Amino acid sequence: MTESFAQQPWLSLITFLPLLGAAAIMARRMMARVGPDGTVEPREREQIDNVARRVALFFTTGAFLVSVFVFFAYYDPDLAGYQLVEQAPWLGSGISYKMGVDGISILFVLLTTFIMPICILASWTSITKRVADYMIAFLMMETLMVGVFCALDLFLFYFFFEGSLIPMFLIIGVWGSSGTKEFAGFAMPSRVYAAVKFFLFTLLGSVLLLVAMAWMYFAAGTTDIPTLQQFDFPAGAQKWLWLAFFASFAVKMPMWPVHTWLPDAHVQAPTAGSVILAAILLKMGGYGFLRFSLPMFPLASADFAPLVFALSIVAIIYTSLVALAQEDMKKLIAYSSVAHMGFVTMGIFTGTEQGIEGGLFQMLSHGFISGALFLCVGVVYDRAHTREIAAFGGLVHRMPIYAFLFLFFTLGNVGLPGVSGFVGEFLTMAGAFKTNSWIAFFAAFGVILSAAYALRLYRQVMYGELLKPALQSITDVDRRELAMLAALMAFALYLGVYPFPALSVFSPAADLLIENYRAALAAGGL
Amino acid sequence: MTLEPLVVFLPLFGAILAMPLGRAAGPKAAEIASTVLVGLAAVYAWVLFFDVALGEPNPRTIRLATWFSSGDFQADWALRLDTLSAVMLVVVNSVSFLVHWYSMGYMKEYGETPRFFAYLSLFTFAMLTLVTADNFMQLFFGWEGVGLASYLLIGFWFKKKSANDAAIKAFVVNRVGDFGFALGILGVYYVFGSVEFDTVFSVIAADGVAIPYGMDTGAPVRELTVSFLGHDWHALTVIGVLLFIGAMGKSAQLLLHTWLPDAMEGPTPVSALIHAATMVTAGVFLVCRCSAIYENAPDAAALVTIVGALTAFFAASVGLLQDDIKKVVAYSTCSQLGYMFFAAGAGAYGAAMFHLFTHAFFKALLFLGSGAVIIAMHHEQDIKKMGGVKDLLPFTHILMLIGTISITGLGIPGLYLFGAPFGTAGFVSKDVILESAFAAGETGRAFAGAAFTLGLMAAVMTAFYSWRLIFLTFWGRSRAPEHVRKHPHHVPDSMMIPLVPLAVGALVAGMAFYGHFVDPAKSEKFWNGAFYSAEAHAPADDEAHAGESHAPADVHAAPAESHDGDAGAHHEESHHHVPGWVLWAPFLAMLAGALPAAFHYLRGDPLRPGLLRPGGLVHDFLKNKWYFDEIYDFLLVRPALAIGRFLWKEGDGRTIDGVGPDGLAATVAAGARRIVRMQTGYMYHYAFVMLVGIALFVTYVLLRLAGGGQ
Repeated sequence: MTESFAQQPWLSLITFLPLLGAAAIMARRMMARVGPDGTVEPREREQIDNVARRVALFFTTGAFLVSVFVFFAYYDPDLAGYQLVEQAPWLGSGISYKMGVDGISILFVLLTTFIMPICILASWTSITKRVADYMIAFLMMETLMVGVFCALDLFLFYFFFEGSLIPMFLIIGVWGSSGTKEFAGFAMPSRVYAAVKFFLFTLLGSVLLLVAMAWMYFAAGTTDIPTLQQFDFPAGAQKWLWLAFFASFAVKMPMWPVHTWLPDAHVQAPTAGSVILAAILLKMGGYGFLRFSLPMFPLASADFAPLVFALSIVAIIYTSLVALAQEDMKKLIAYSSVAHMGFVTMGIFTGTEQGIEGGLFQMLSHGFISGALFLCVGVVYDRAHTREIAAFGGLVHRMPIYAFLFLFFTLGNVGLPGVSGFVGEFLTMAGAFKTNSWIAFFAAFGVILSAAYALRLYRQVMYGELLKPALQSITDVDRRELAMLAALMAFALYLGVYPFPALSVFSPAADLLIENYRAALAAGGL
Repeated sequence: MTLEPLVVFLPLFGAILAMPLGRAAGPKAAEIASTVLVGLAAVYAWVLFFDVALGEPNPRTIRLATWFSSGDFQADWALRLDTLSAVMLVVVNSVSFLVHWYSMGYMKEYGETPRFFAYLSLFTFAMLTLVTADNFMQLFFGWEGVGLASYLLIGFWFKKKSANDAAIKAFVVNRVGDFGFALGILGVYYVFGSVEFDTVFSVIAADGVAIPYGMDTGAPVRELTVSFLGHDWHALTVIGVLLFIGAMGKSAQLLLHTWLPDAMEGPTPVSALIHAATMVTAGVFLVCRCSAIYENAPDAAALVTIVGALTAFFAASVGLLQDDIKKVVAYSTCSQLGYMFFAAGAGAYGAAMFHLFTHAFFKALLFLGSGAVIIAMHHEQDIKKMGGVKDLLPFTHILMLIGTISITGLGIPGLYLFGAPFGTAGFVSKDVILESAFAAGETGRAFAGAAFTLGLMAAVMTAFYSWRLIFLTFWGRSRAPEHVRKHPHHVPDSMMIPLVPLAVGALVAGMAFYGHFVDPAKSEKFWNGAFYSAEAHAPADDEAHAGESHAPADVHAAPAESHDGDAGAHHEESHHHVPGWVLWAPFLAMLAGALPAAFHYLRGDPLRPGLLRPGGLVHDFLKNKWYFDEIYDFLLVRPALAIGRFLWKEGDGRTIDGVGPDGLAATVAAGARRIVRMQTGYMYHYAFVMLVGIALFVTYVLLRLAGGGQ
């Protein structure tokens, strides 16, 4: 029986379960009773909103439970190759619907399905306009994100990868914060500016990616990812293909200097949007490097590695310094995200076990920690309706539990050993040191600067006297907020003290990747 | 199931329990619970000390779990019990217990004691993981953990801006040290392929061949050169220097010392425990633990020596003019740490650890005694506003006197009773350090001679500022306001009793433990290979007993000599090595500092200007602490902030966005206008249309290409 169960399309189920939820919400809304004047009555609207919230929570939780079940029941962490593979003919001639996971992707599927219910909870009371639309956008988002990590067909991957742009674009553009910004000669809401900026940057990458994909399909006759990973692209072509993929992934990551969309997007996005952005969307870039750049274009990856190192180091130092100067809580955390992703790209392109596993671990850990930090900002934003650092001070007097949680995640961000952030950071630096001590030397400046900006933020928001009249009656976290943050804290702490389970899932796939990578380099005379 | 882990984990239980317990059963319960748990750990630490070090040597390592591993990189959670860690266990747990106890009285009127005790216990736990580590990673975990606890406790009174500033400064300056420390660990891993102490040190001991990552051939590790930052360096020297940068941060050595005086913003018990007796000694511990590296990296050892010696001198000079009672003791700590470092740098690891041990007693005593004075004087810390406190606090006065004669070193040079020099704890250990430095200088160790000279000069100043503190605070006529003088704040017994064991230690710990720690005849058995010694591992030696039989460094630095004789024979020996004047020099230095202090502060107005007149160059230089803070602020802090702002506004804003999205935008303005209008209407329609659009577009492109290709 288990045999046949194991062969069910589990990944498709996880992927499309949220879409089912979106459909359910749409259906409920179509059945809305319309008043005599043709509009939906307020009470009916309220009811639809409540249904939308519950349906979204139900389906995201369902997807999480299914993914956990599949992971423990059917996923074999000792295998290096793809598992739970499903394939169906799709567009014919080499393009098929193919899903599967390996050690590199499975934990990101779990991370996504874990973060989603938290996002729904985070939006429970703070989102009041167009709730049904909002929930639909998030459910679609989840389908697309899980799809990105499961797709084993390049075309299918592209569909999910670029598709995820749209709901995010809407989440920022519609549910973002208020304020206006002068852009292209006329004033527009800042959130729309941020959304457009996000869109422009990502579009730049995706056009190049599309062209490269088409070329690869033309050359290899298929878009099957495992096949392409074995395919020997000519060394000359690898360079161009690598650059095209790089353009797309570097923007997503984001790497310096194409990072400037991220702070704006974070600032404008609603809390849950920021959480998704930081916890999942950024990881697609790193995932892309590991799934495509390194295995498919090994020679070019080795050639361009110095470029990546340089950009990573600049990202770490530059954005850490910029973070020191920030006045907006979210912007500060966004810039620190760029710095942390710098460690990931640095690690991945060292092509060492420590670098790659450290990079993977750093991405996973950053999902918990930065996701939680944006939730922390959301907690005070919901109460004080500002994210300006200077508007706060002395919150510890009224919010002791929040103070504890925020401190924990701040320290995680600083990379304190015992919290998950340290493991990835250190391993990537170990990989870098082996490759070239200069890289590790410069990256280590991030160790100093992260302490400075993160503790400065914490001090200005939490410590000192509680003087601002607006904060006098601020309340501590409620049960819902506590549950979300405690869950994230549990993971960050567990993986900080005992990261072994995650690392052991990564290592077979990472080892295989490295083996192939080195073999390809050796064959290429490098 | 072994019980040993309890010695580390009991304080952690206290840390976790304190806050919930405080909520459920009141602060008193939290205080008692955490104090008792640390007390139990202290008792157990002494049991282990006797078991591991004093009786038949019984060192062992208990592996608890793998922390993390990746490829050939592996770090474990483990409990390494050897003499070195057993000494630290005893120091940390005992002082921590006494400070917990003391805090029950000290913190009474400040409130929030559960949080305070939770932090104290958390610190204790982190410090214990540091000292019991069997690899560099766990050491780093404890290293950062004590840094965190220090940050939390310095900023304990978070309403005060100065406390918050000091807390962040402490953390960030320590991170500068960690910058080096982390690179040092990476260097160890790069060279040895391991971060485990046993593996690393046994390879060095055997002079085994190490092949750094990515190299085809290696070399015997003592001769190995590696490329670091574009140059070829002697591998062990690079590692030693990098690790020492970490030690400089944690132990507040010159250049990275600026956080320690500011750290006095924390409650006084914290200053005693963390910023005097334990955490700040972690750097000394690190250098001693890595003796195998420093003994084979003379340049790195020379750096340790000179930095330690300069710190001992510098901090003592600044201590001369401090008026804040806690700052005097803080600079004194900084200076004493310098002594420990130059001892270690000179190869006298036993002497360094010995001074670390005795210093824990007398410095904790001085700090906690100062705390009692501060409480009694209604939170006044300026010793110029005190005077005559001995009438108000006679018992504290005696305790502080004991601490002072201990740190300044009162004893009778040349007199040995029961095989140990006769004198206070500080007398014995400081003399050993200075003698070792002198002897090491004679044998040609770099900077050891300079360290001896600087150490003597520092001893003069130590005696001066220590007695100045006593005279200004306790003696003479009171300068305090009348209400303070008439109604000093009550100092509870719980703040006095814990000082008694410390006072006893400050008096006799030197004599009691001299034999074990430094007497050549006995110390070898005591340390039992915890320190590396060149004689035991001469390259000619076979590699058979590599890693097992590290003999201790000879603290009197007489490499060729054998030490078979009994204690009596040893006296003659040490007289052989160091001339008589060296034996007397520290004592005379003490008098040279104490007498002028008495001369100035005990006659006439103690506040009258002395040799260094206010406004004078030297006076201002010392008063402003050699201007380190100002220089750092000008050179580092302001530029970092300014560069950050510049990169943000000019780099991100003008350059990247100006060329990128904002520049592009002009051409797509029309399209953008349409997007603005998008706020109306049903969003999911748009989403769906865009998704389908992308899908169709891509399909079209791919199919066309495919079709064209066939």
